[in-house]
Amino acid sequence: MTSLPAQTSRKLGLVIDLDTCVGCHACVISCKGWNTENYGAPLSDTDAYGEQPEGTFLNRVHTFEVTRDAAPPMVVHFPKSCLHCDDAPCVTVCPTGASYKRHEDGIVLVNETDCIGCGLCAWACPYGAREMDAAAKVMKKCTLCVDRIYNENLPADDREPACVRTCPAGARHFGDLGDPDSDVSRLVDERGGFDLMPEQGTNPVNKYLPPRGRDTLQAPDLASLCDTPSDTATATGFLGWLDRTLERL
Amino acid sequence: MTVQPDIMLSPKPSDEVRKTTCYMCACRCGINVHMKAGKVAYIEGNRDHPVNRGVLCAKGSAGIMQHLSPARLRAPLKRVGPRGSGEFQEISWDEAFAIATSWLKPLREKAPEKLAFFTGRDQSQSFTGWWAQAFGTPNWAAHGGFCSVNMAAAGIYTMGGSFWEFGQPDWDRTKLFLLFGVAEDHDSNPIKMGLGKLKARGARVIGVNPIRSGYNAIADDWVGITPGTDGLFILSLVHELLRAGKIDLGYLIRYTNAPYLINAHDGAQKGMFLRDDDGKPLVRDRKTGQALAWDTPGIAPDLAAGVSMGGVKHLPVFRHLADRYLSPDYAPEAVAERCGIPAPRIRAIAAEIARVAFEEEITLHQPWTDFRGQRHETMVGRPVAMHAMRGVSAHSNGFQTARALHMLQILIGSVETPGGFRFKPPYPKPPEAHPRPHARHAPGQPLDGPHLGYPLGPEHLLINGDGSARRIDKAFTWDAPLSVHGLMHMVISNAHAGDPYEIDTLFLYMANMAWNSSMNTSAVMDMLTDQNADGSYRIPRIIYSDAYSSEMVAFADLVLPDTTYLERHDCISLLDRPICEADALADSIRWPVVAPDRDVRPFQSVLLDLGARLGLAGMINDDGTPRFRDYADYITNHERRPGVGPLAGWRNDDGTGQGRGSPNPDQIARYIENGGFWSSHIPAQAQFFKPWNAAYQDWAVSHGLYDSPQPYVFNLYVEPLRKFQLAAEGYGHRQPPDHLRARLIQTMDPLPVWYPTFTDAVTDPAEYPLHALTQRPMAHYHSWGSQNAWLRQIHGDTPLYVSGQIWAQHQFKPGDWATLTSPHGEITLPVVRMDALNPHTVWTWNAVAKRRGAWALDPAAPEATKSSLLNHLIHELLPPKGDGLRWANSDPVTGQAAWYDLRVRIEKAPAGQTVSAPAHPAQTSPVPPAPRDIAHQVKE
Repeated sequence: MTSLPAQTSRKLGLVIDLDTCVGCHACVISCKGWNTENYGAPLSDTDAYGEQPEGTFLNRVHTFEVTRDAAPPMVVHFPKSCLHCDDAPCVTVCPTGASYKRHEDGIVLVNETDCIGCGLCAWACPYGAREMDAAAKVMKKCTLCVDRIYNENLPADDREPACVRTCPAGARHFGDLGDPDSDVSRLVDERGGFDLMPEQGTNPVNKYLPPRGRDTLQAPDLASLCDTPSDTATATGFLGWLDRTLERL
Repeated sequence: MTVQPDIMLSPKPSDEVRKTTCYMCACRCGINVHMKAGKVAYIEGNRDHPVNRGVLCAKGSAGIMQHLSPARLRAPLKRVGPRGSGEFQEISWDEAFAIATSWLKPLREKAPEKLAFFTGRDQSQSFTGWWAQAFGTPNWAAHGGFCSVNMAAAGIYTMGGSFWEFGQPDWDRTKLFLLFGVAEDHDSNPIKMGLGKLKARGARVIGVNPIRSGYNAIADDWVGITPGTDGLFILSLVHELLRAGKIDLGYLIRYTNAPYLINAHDGAQKGMFLRDDDGKPLVRDRKTGQALAWDTPGIAPDLAAGVSMGGVKHLPVFRHLADRYLSPDYAPEAVAERCGIPAPRIRAIAAEIARVAFEEEITLHQPWTDFRGQRHETMVGRPVAMHAMRGVSAHSNGFQTARALHMLQILIGSVETPGGFRFKPPYPKPPEAHPRPHARHAPGQPLDGPHLGYPLGPEHLLINGDGSARRIDKAFTWDAPLSVHGLMHMVISNAHAGDPYEIDTLFLYMANMAWNSSMNTSAVMDMLTDQNADGSYRIPRIIYSDAYSSEMVAFADLVLPDTTYLERHDCISLLDRPICEADALADSIRWPVVAPDRDVRPFQSVLLDLGARLGLAGMINDDGTPRFRDYADYITNHERRPGVGPLAGWRNDDGTGQGRGSPNPDQIARYIENGGFWSSHIPAQAQFFKPWNAAYQDWAVSHGLYDSPQPYVFNLYVEPLRKFQLAAEGYGHRQPPDHLRARLIQTMDPLPVWYPTFTDAVTDPAEYPLHALTQRPMAHYHSWGSQNAWLRQIHGDTPLYVSGQIWAQHQFKPGDWATLTSPHGEITLPVVRMDALNPHTVWTWNAVAKRRGAWALDPAAPEATKSSLLNHLIHELLPPKGDGLRWANSDPVTGQAAWYDLRVRIEKAPAGQTVSAPAHPAQTSPVPPAPRDIAHQVKE
């Protein structure tokens, strides 16, 4: 068993806006590119050009359809990666101490040197956010780009996770969710950000912003918007309006 | 507390960053290519780049896997097996050039029209067109005819530009955004960035699309319209806005031809504008009641009343427009059922457009002066913006639907105003400012002018005295008079039929015409391999250039292998399809950030080399030696007009020239220093009202966009269309064939009109009750995604998505397969339920399906075994009508392929189906088998 820090100085994490995510998978591939080249073993792909290609991804986008009684169905794109939980069961279940949560920022990482590839952490994670790399036989997971966010070799504005930097729609936000005054905390407050599966008791750091109400357009009848409404739909009524309006121009 | 390991927090991301332009789709984002040990390690977006501002889509980030694709061709190929087999021998470039020259030189000397040179999705059309013009063949075009020419042509004829490369919503100011049809396929990152801006400030997004996926998933309001009825829906919105008087009359008077008087005399001029002796259109002056030239200073043009001349009342354009769309035919109740949209919803959307346009008006305190010399203290905008692309275009009523959409934007006064739709330079550019099409050819001579252009009447059609077509694709004929992008999708069919004439060599670049880019795919493969009685091929010779082992490669006799986009020079040019923004002129380059490790060459350099070997004008010096070393040399030194070349930035020896200036030998180096692009901002007083803004017009001239100011008014009424109608009514020397007269009168209407798609019009709804669509996934670009190890894990097959209603009706269960049947063919696919779908529509992903043996994929790959193309169901011709004529399955105005008109029926496939159909046999792969597993990490 591995222990969790009693508390962390900061709670770095992501806020993902489900109202804005178009499901383009930009974050998925940007993550794959950076993390193949950086932290730990590359993210491999088996049968890459074959019948059942299967690779390691630290972030995936799922798509759900929501049918509603009195409104059209909705489609929600749901990006999912490690939520860097305060009470991360994947850490406490690790038999070697390879899985750990950083006390300074709360990021959950796997020390690949100590990982024996037993897979217990993946079983323990209720979100399915960990993936065993088939080639390296070590457990891979979102690092919150720990090798970007403090990276002195990167320009200051690039010190954010690759998925956040690349998101074309701006649906992903990074910051300290332990600081109530941070931009991400404010966003969570304003938009009703929520925990994923709170009943699991994992206290995730990452938050999701819910889709705004859909299909609510109930505009008034056009006539009520008119300064000089035409009484009828006939050309005569229209011409009267036209003439009066042209006079005023 | 657990002891934490020390981890490397500041790894060096790369040795060097090389900034170039992405080519994973047509969007042209700036990319930072991180190099380690001379190899490509990682690709991210360039924060300084005007297109993407640092963001990058899935395709862009996966570029490294395209660059390393096992499907990359390795050397020139000479066919040694039967055509289509994929059996090739690798040859040297010397031999490849010798073969190509031996085929093309005699053609040029005797019959240059027997070369048909068509290019696909490349972005060097101003270059390839220039080459084809020098060769002398009239048979050149790019892929617009099967893509979105309806949108482009309707935009140019109506208002001098359209969406994407022509213009964009004012993302920073718009308060209501309407998105029509599938649009994920063009301008991908800018639209996502724009949607993100709208969402961040809570602006409303309305999506009009039979399918609620992608952008429509985040639309605040979704309108699940029936395919092919967008035009009817839009005209109903127009009806509602007119009825309520929610139109911008001041805008219409100042900036459109709404006040122009239309000749009502029966005869050859009926429906044309009344004009004065100088040819200026006349308007009725409300002050005097007189008909005066439209630009007479101080007049008050009327929109309502007309003038009587010769005993006939001539009414203004706007009056004709109002009379037409106020008709009860366009009332929401009248269109609701056909559009699949309840009438109250149509009313609500119209009311929301009206509310935002007129109650949330935007005022910028920015003085400007119009082309009449009148100074305005402010810029007033109507913050409603719209976008559409392939979805509404790819129908046989697409041109008029796109016209209707542009008319709607104009009526509310939102085009080129703050918060509305904004042009990107070099647009706006009205049809008159474009060239006319040319096709006059002679042995050994260049063509008489540019191939493509904008006809202004029947006099500009490319037809012979007997009415036959001058071009192999029959562009600019009565069949498709305004086919301004050509008709690439008809080339193989016509060449095979020898109609209008036989060709010798078909030369294609980057166009997968043997697979996902053709209608009627199986038959096209047969046409490419069909033989005459003597064993020779019906299409005698085929040269193809591609970087990858696409399906089309197998059908070539000679293959010229191209490089990947990271190994080449390109220019994204103002002469072509530039990357400008609404407030900036911009262009960009690609440059070889790595050298090819194969015996391949950039196609454009190969074309210059071939041109020099053929002695083409402009490609050789006086002594016959090649004029250009390679494409980079051309980019730097070619001048289209004196002082105007492919790249606008850093012209003149000192690099001071912007748009105009002499060639600068250091130009490409300056682009590389600047991150691969150049941009120049439009002055603040010139940023809106561009067609009428004197400061913009002057700025455009100073930057070489045109040579004199060219202000114009928008064409609510497109007079050139009326000329074609008049011909069809029997007026004029050039007369259409009788069988096309009625159709020309119906479809060349100078005011937007809606008619059912040609397929809907002849389809028995009982036999084919469903519409079938494809859309391109955001993570793929055409067929390219399937060779990409990362992207194919996102989309590797093409299930058929069906509505809950269809699911229940056919008692489908998860894991079932379905057969989809059109009048032309059938395909079988796995079936998946999707409720957020127009109930009478089925759809699947476009171009994910692959033929066995292509793209270096395992023949058992899901792209081949769990996927199919709707192309198999779509014929390039409509079903025979019994009149013996070949009626194209295209828009009758532009010839655009009517992909989305498809009607089908669905049946559950028998239990036990495990492989999709049709299952074409495997091609022999011209490249070695792909590796099984990959874990690509570049170590220093």
